Amino acid sequence: MNLVTPDSGLLFWMVLIFAIVLGILWKFGFPMITGMVEKRTAHIDDSLRLAREAEERMKGLAEEQKKLIEDTQKQQSQMLKDAANTRDAIIAQARDEARQQADLMIEKAKVEIAAEKESALRDVRRDVAELSVQIAEKILRDRLAPQQKQSEYLDKLIDEIKEETK
Amino acid sequence: MKIKALILTFMLCMMPLWAKAQEASEEESVNVPEIIFGHIGDSYEWHITDIGETKVAIHLPVILYSGKSGWHMFSSARLEEAEYEGFHIDPESGKIVDADGERPFDISITKNVLSLMISAVLLLAVVLLTARWYRRHDALSEAPKGIAAYMEPLIMFVHGIAKDNIGEDYRRYSPYLCMAFFFILFNNYLGIIPFFPGGANLTGNIAITMVLALCTFLTVNLFGNKHYYKEIFMPDVPGFLKPIMPIIEVFSAIMKPISLTIRLFANMMAGHILILSLVCIIFIMAKYGGVLFGSMSLVSVLFGVFCDMLECLVAFIQAYVFTMLSAIYIGLSRPKAEHE
Repeated sequence: MNLVTPDSGLLFWMVLIFAIVLGILWKFGFPMITGMVEKRTAHIDDSLRLAREAEERMKGLAEEQKKLIEDTQKQQSQMLKDAANTRDAIIAQARDEARQQADLMIEKAKVEIAAEKESALRDVRRDVAELSVQIAEKILRDRLAPQQKQSEYLDKLIDEIKEETK
Repeated sequence: MKIKALILTFMLCMMPLWAKAQEASEEESVNVPEIIFGHIGDSYEWHITDIGETKVAIHLPVILYSGKSGWHMFSSARLEEAEYEGFHIDPESGKIVDADGERPFDISITKNVLSLMISAVLLLAVVLLTARWYRRHDALSEAPKGIAAYMEPLIMFVHGIAKDNIGEDYRRYSPYLCMAFFFILFNNYLGIIPFFPGGANLTGNIAITMVLALCTFLTVNLFGNKHYYKEIFMPDVPGFLKPIMPIIEVFSAIMKPISLTIRLFANMMAGHILILSLVCIIFIMAKYGGVLFGSMSLVSVLFGVFCDMLECLVAFIQAYVFTMLSAIYIGLSRPKAEHE
C-alpha cells in the first residue's frame, strides 16, 4: 500500500522546504522572539524585585521615622523632667542658702542685741550710780549743814581712818 | 418536541437531495475506498470542486528524471487522457510510470508539495511578521499587539517545553522545537479545512512525518554528549547484561523516531479517514432512500461535526506531543555525569 511507503518526490521537497524554512526562522524568527520575550520577562522580574525592595525600604523608613519621633518624644520628656528636677534643686538650694543667711543674720542680730543690751545696762548702771552719788551728796550736804555736825562727822571719819590704819 | 421538530426540518431540507442522490445511485454505486484514499492520498492535480460537469482543478507541474530520456517537465493536464512523452499514470498506484511500467525519479509538484509550500509560506509570514514586531518595537516598554500578541504565548509555550525538558542549553534547541511544533500545527489545521488551500493530508503522510522524526533523531544523536553514548554502549550493569544492553539501547534509539513517525502519521490519517467515512455515509445511504437516508444523514452530520471538533483538538495535541517527545529525547541525550 502506498500509504506507508514514503514517496521519494515528497521526501525531496519536504527535506528542501523544511530545511529552508527552518534555516530562515532559525536566523530571523524564533530566537529573536524568544530572546526578546525572555529579556522582557527578566526586565519584569527585575522591576518587580526593585519595587518590592523599594516598598520594604519605605516600610523601613516609616518605621525609622516612627522610632525617631518616639525617641525625640522620650528625649523631650526626659529633658522636661530634668529641667523640673534642676529647677527644684535650684529652688531648694536657694531656700537653704536663704535660711542659712537668715540664721546667720539672726545670730548676728542676737549678738548685737545682747551687746546693745549690755551697754545699755552699763549706761543705766552708771547713770544710776551717778544719780545715787548725787543723791548721796545732796543728802550729805543736807545732813552736814550745821557746823557742829560737820566737825563731828569729820572726827568720826578721821577716827575711822585712824582705826583703819592702826 | 423541539428536537423532533428539528429533525423533521432537517429531513425536509434534505428531500430534494434524496431524489438527486437516488438518481445518481442508480447509475453508479459509491466507491467509498476510492473517495477516501483519493482525498488522503497524493495526486498530480489539485481537484478543488466540480461545477456541474466542469471539473475545477489546479494542474500542477510534473518534474521527472528518467535514466533513459533525461529531465522532463510538463503540466499534469497532459496526462489526463493519454500518455505524454512516454509517461502515463499507473491506474493502480496513481503514480507516473514510463512505458515499461518503471517509476522515474519523480519530484513533481504534487498536491502535497503545493500544500507544503503554502504552509511553509504561511509559517514564514506569520513568524517573520511576529519577529518584525519585536524588531520594530521596544518589547521592554510595550505589550505585544496584533500578530505578536497571538503568537507570543504559543511560541513561549513551546519555548517552555524546551526549557522544562532539555535543561541548561535549551536555547540551542528551542528554535528547532518551535519549527517542528508550528509546522505540524499549521499543516494539521490546514488539513482540517475542507477546501482549497487546505484539505491536503500532509501530516497524515508518512514521508512528512518521517522527515520530522529524522530531524529529531539527528538532533538527538548528533548532539548527544559522551554520557549518552556511554549509557548506550557501556552502561553500568551487571556483567551478564553487558552484551545485551547496547543492542536494546540501539534498538530503543531507532524505535524513538519510528514511533514519532507512526504516531503523527496514523493519528492525522485516521482523523481524515474518520471524517470522510462519516461524510460518505450520506452518499451510501442515498440509495436506500426515505427515512433511513434522512436519519443516517442527520447522524453522520452530527458525528461529523463532533469528529471535526475532535480533530481540531487532536491537531493541537499531536503537535504538542511530537514537540514534547522530541524535547524529552533531546533532554535524555544530554545527561549530566553519572550520579554515583
